[in-house]
Amino acid sequence: MSIKFDSLEVGQEIGKLEFHLTRDSLVRYAGASGDFNPIHYRDDIAAAVGLPGVLAHGMLTMGAAVQVAVNWIGDSGRVLDYQVRFTKPVVVHPTEGAVLVVSGKIGALDAESQTARVDISAQFNDTAVLGKAQAVVRI
Amino acid sequence: MVNPTVQGKQYPATAPYLVGREKIREFAHAVKSNSPVNLDLFAAQAAGYADLVAPPTFAVVIQERSLATVLADPEAAIDFSRVVHGDQRFIYVRPIVAGDELTSVLTVASVKSLGAHSMVTFETKIFDIAQELVCTAISTLVVRGDE
Repeated sequence: MSIKFDSLEVGQEIGKLEFHLTRDSLVRYAGASGDFNPIHYRDDIAAAVGLPGVLAHGMLTMGAAVQVAVNWIGDSGRVLDYQVRFTKPVVVHPTEGAVLVVSGKIGALDAESQTARVDISAQFNDTAVLGKAQAVVRI
Repeated sequence: MVNPTVQGKQYPATAPYLVGREKIREFAHAVKSNSPVNLDLFAAQAAGYADLVAPPTFAVVIQERSLATVLADPEAAIDFSRVVHGDQRFIYVRPIVAGDELTSVLTVASVKSLGAHSMVTFETKIFDIAQELVCTAISTLVVRGDE
């Protein structure tokens, strides 16, 4: 599948994904990334530092959210620039987990560089958890 | 509080990190990627890459190695238990692929006070074995002060 630059429009929706994050997801991410901060797997430590519960790694949320752009473009190597602000925590319940809802739309197009800026929305419990989440992809 | 005089400080390059194929697959599964270029060697090669492509946030693994040297630096005086990740950005010159040997050089770009809190921005430049820039990772940590 190849996307034609000229067929794209600013505002166009490029997809939506849902991720079910569980405690297993957090342990898996901790191992893969090397971030073993215990607030991501220990309820007692999360409570002791005043958190509402065990939180997903911000970098896990960032890494999962970009998949909406990667799936659309079909090649993660075409992501040239990706940034987010971490605005709200994702609390991962021990049995229920947490559902992250991600969607993307085209925020800007640059004909000269043949790139598109994908603006990504990531929501948990109907609240945005990432701000200014933008991925620039080469078409 | 973070020591404001570390603004501009550059830390020595980290030891080379060899990006492994299975590490890329492990990381891809962890961030819930099913992108074929992350997982399937033939798909990656068909797309023109030398080997498996790392997911866009993989550079955090390299950034983390530089960050560890800052957190261990008594001059910077950063209390890790009070750290919250504020923002993150990766700017790629080219994608990271399996077989890359990467080093990173971190500079403290800024230290700002925000009431009792400090905001520290780090710029980590990631180089391959030919000393070519692969990725610039920019990260802001918020260090919570006493309430």
